[in-house]
Amino acid sequence: MNQILQKEKLNESVVKMVVSAPKIARKAKAGQFVIVMSHENSERIPLTIADADKEMGTVTIIYQIVGASTLLLDSLQVSDELFAFTGPLGKPSEIEGLKKVCVVGGGVGCAIAYPMAKALHAQGSEVCVITGFRNKQLVILEKEFQAVSDRFILMSDDGSAGRKGLVTEALDELLEQESFDEVIAIGPLPMMKYVCLCTKKHQTKTMVSMNPIMIDGTGMCGGCRLSVGGKMRFACVDGPDFDGHEVDFDEVINRLSAYHDFERHAYEKTCHLLNREG
Amino acid sequence: MPNMSLKKTEMPMQDEKRIYNIQEVTLGYTMEMAVQEADRCLHCKNAPCMQGCPVGVRIPDFIAKIKENNLEEAYHILKQTSALPAVCGRVCPQESQCEKHCVRAIKGESVAIGRLERFAADWANEHLTEKSTLPKKNGHKVGIIGAGPAGLTCAMDLAMLGYEVDVFEALHVAGGVLVYGIPEFRLPKSIVQKEIAGLKEMGVNIWTNTVIGKSETIDELFEEGYEALFIASGAGLPNFMGLEGENLKGVYSANEFLTRFNLMKAYEENASTPIFKGKHVVVVGGGNVAMDAARCAKRLTQGDVTIVYRRSMEELPARKEEVEHAMEEGINFCLLTNPVKIHGQEGGVKQIECVKMQLGEADESGRRRPEVIPESNFILEADCVIMAIGTSPNPLLAQTTEGLEVNRRGCLVIDENCMTSREGVFAGGDAVSGAATVILAMGAGKKAAAAMHAYIQGK
Repeated sequence: MNQILQKEKLNESVVKMVVSAPKIARKAKAGQFVIVMSHENSERIPLTIADADKEMGTVTIIYQIVGASTLLLDSLQVSDELFAFTGPLGKPSEIEGLKKVCVVGGGVGCAIAYPMAKALHAQGSEVCVITGFRNKQLVILEKEFQAVSDRFILMSDDGSAGRKGLVTEALDELLEQESFDEVIAIGPLPMMKYVCLCTKKHQTKTMVSMNPIMIDGTGMCGGCRLSVGGKMRFACVDGPDFDGHEVDFDEVINRLSAYHDFERHAYEKTCHLLNREG
Repeated sequence: MPNMSLKKTEMPMQDEKRIYNIQEVTLGYTMEMAVQEADRCLHCKNAPCMQGCPVGVRIPDFIAKIKENNLEEAYHILKQTSALPAVCGRVCPQESQCEKHCVRAIKGESVAIGRLERFAADWANEHLTEKSTLPKKNGHKVGIIGAGPAGLTCAMDLAMLGYEVDVFEALHVAGGVLVYGIPEFRLPKSIVQKEIAGLKEMGVNIWTNTVIGKSETIDELFEEGYEALFIASGAGLPNFMGLEGENLKGVYSANEFLTRFNLMKAYEENASTPIFKGKHVVVVGGGNVAMDAARCAKRLTQGDVTIVYRRSMEELPARKEEVEHAMEEGINFCLLTNPVKIHGQEGGVKQIECVKMQLGEADESGRRRPEVIPESNFILEADCVIMAIGTSPNPLLAQTTEGLEVNRRGCLVIDENCMTSREGVFAGGDAVSGAATVILAMGAGKKAAAAMHAYIQGK
C-alpha cells in the first residue's frame, strides 16, 4: 500500500524517504505529521511531513537513525512497503498573514523547518533562515534553504561550516537590529528552549513544533501531553505547534527521557540483529 | 425437573500462578458443565432476562438448545442479534443486565447466562467451518467510522441487509477497545480477530490506518457515494485530574498503559514498544479500566499494585467478576481515598499523597457523594501511577466537520433516530454516551443500523 519510492542519505544518520501515499499527499499541510510503522510489530513513530506532492501522490519523510525503530525503518529499501503510514495528523501550522519571519532549524529539525520556510516563501513572506549543526558533515538541505529564503545563516558548533556558534547567537544579533512578525523554531528541545528565552527577551512571538512521545497520534493515549500556559495540552490533537513562550520545556525534556535505558538496549540489540542478517 | 441448585456452576480458571502469564484467566465450561448450568434455566414465558440485554439476545432459546446438545443452533440464535457473542460472553456486565432480571436470582444466584453464551460461541469458533451465506447486495453503500464494538455491530447488521459496508479505522488493527484496551487475559485477541474475520467474510471492508476527519472528511465521503455514515469513534481522550506531578515520568493514562501493554504487546520480552515496569503501582479509579490496568501492572513485575478509589466497595463500578479476580491476584484496594498530589524524585514518581474520604448525601446520580475528611492526608509509596478516571469523546471529527453538534462534554448529539445534526450522519457508542460498556456500544450500533436502513430505504 505505502511503497517506498525513493531513499536518500542526507548525512551519516539522516535519511530522506519518499513514500507513495496519495490520500495523505492530497491533504497534507506544513506542520502536520504521520505515524509510521515499518513492520507489523514495530513501534508507531510520529514523523513530521517534510514535503507532499499532490500530483505525484507522494509524501516525504526525513528521519534520523537514533534508536531501534528508526534503524528498522532504515532497513527497508526502495520498492519495499511500509506496514502502516497514517495521517496527516495534527493541526497545520498557521502561517497566513505573516509578512516577515525568521525560521530557526537545528539538526534534523531542519527537515521540518524547510517545508515551513518553503510555504512562507511561496506566500510571499520575507524569510530569514538560521540553521545550526554540530559540524560540516551533518549539514543538510543547505541549497534547498537558500532557494526559499531571503537571507540564510548557517551555524556550526565547531565552525567547520558557516559561522562558529549556536543558532541563538545569530538570532540574538538579528533581533537586536530588526523585528520580525514571528520566529518559528524547530529542533532539539534544548535548542527550542533557548531560542524561546532569547525571543522572549526581544518580545517576539515564537512558535515551536513539539514532537514528544506518542503512540496513536489521534488523542487516545495522552502520552504526548505537555503543559502550555499552565494547561495540559495534547501535542497530537492540539498541536504539534505551540506558542513557545508558554511551553514548559523542562517538563517535556524530562518526559522524553522516560525510556532512555530501554531505547539504548533495544538499539544495540537491533544493530546486532541487523548485522547478523545483513 | 430443572437443576435447582442455588449456585451457578463454577467455571474452571487458572490458579494463582496466572499473574506470571497473560493467558486467559477463566477457562470456560466443559460440555457437561454447560448442560448442567443450562438445566438451571426455567424458560420463563416472559423471559425477563431479555429485558436486560441491550441487543436483545433470545436468551431462553439459546440456553434450551444447549440443553438439547444442539450447540450449532444455540450459536445461530446468538448470532442473529449479537455480532460478537464470544466477546460479550466474556466482557458484558451480566450482573447488571440479563442476569439481574433472572428469576433464579430472587432466591440464590442467577443462571450463568454469560458463561453459557461464551461456551456456545467458543464451541462454534472451534467447530463450525461453514462460511456464512453472503447476503444479496442491495446496491447501497454506507461508511462506518471506527472499528470498535459499535462500528463492528452496525457493520454486521447492515451487511446482513445487503449493504456494501466500508469501515474506517485509525489504528493499524481493527477492534477498537477490544484490542487496545481489554487485556489478553480477559479477552484473547485471537477471539476478536476471529469475529472480525467473520465480518470480512460477509463482505465488510475494513480500512485500517485511516483517520476520517484528517485524510478524508465526512463531506468527501458523501461525495464518494456513501449514502449514510455512522460515527463510532469512541471516547478515546483520556481524562486527568490536574494534580501536581501528573506529568512526571511514570505517570500514565490508563489508555496509554493499556495500549502499550495490549495493542503494542509491551509484555513480550522482545517488544519494540517500551513500558515502565513499576514495583509499586497505584491505579486511580474504580471501573473496569482501572481493574484491567491494575492486573496488567501485576503481570509485568508481580510487584505491589493498589487501586485508589474515592467511594467504597459498594459503589465500585467495575464488573463484579473483575473485582474478585483482582483481589485473588493480590491487588490492594485503598477505598474512600483520593489522590491530591504526586511527589517526584529525579523526574520520576516517588510517592502519591492522598486524602481519606467519607460518603455524604446522594447526588443526582443516586450515588452518595464522596467528601474529603479534613487533615486526613497520607502517603502511598509509588514509582508508577496510572490514571483510570474516565475518557472523553475524541474531538477529531467534531473539529473537522462543519455543522456537527456536540454537547458541552464533547459528546455528539443525536436525535431519536440516532442521527446527528448533519443529515445522513448517524452516531452511537461512546462518541455519543461518553465512556460506557462494550455491550451498550453494540446496542447503539444495532439501533443505528436499523435507523440507517430506514433512512436509506425512505429516501
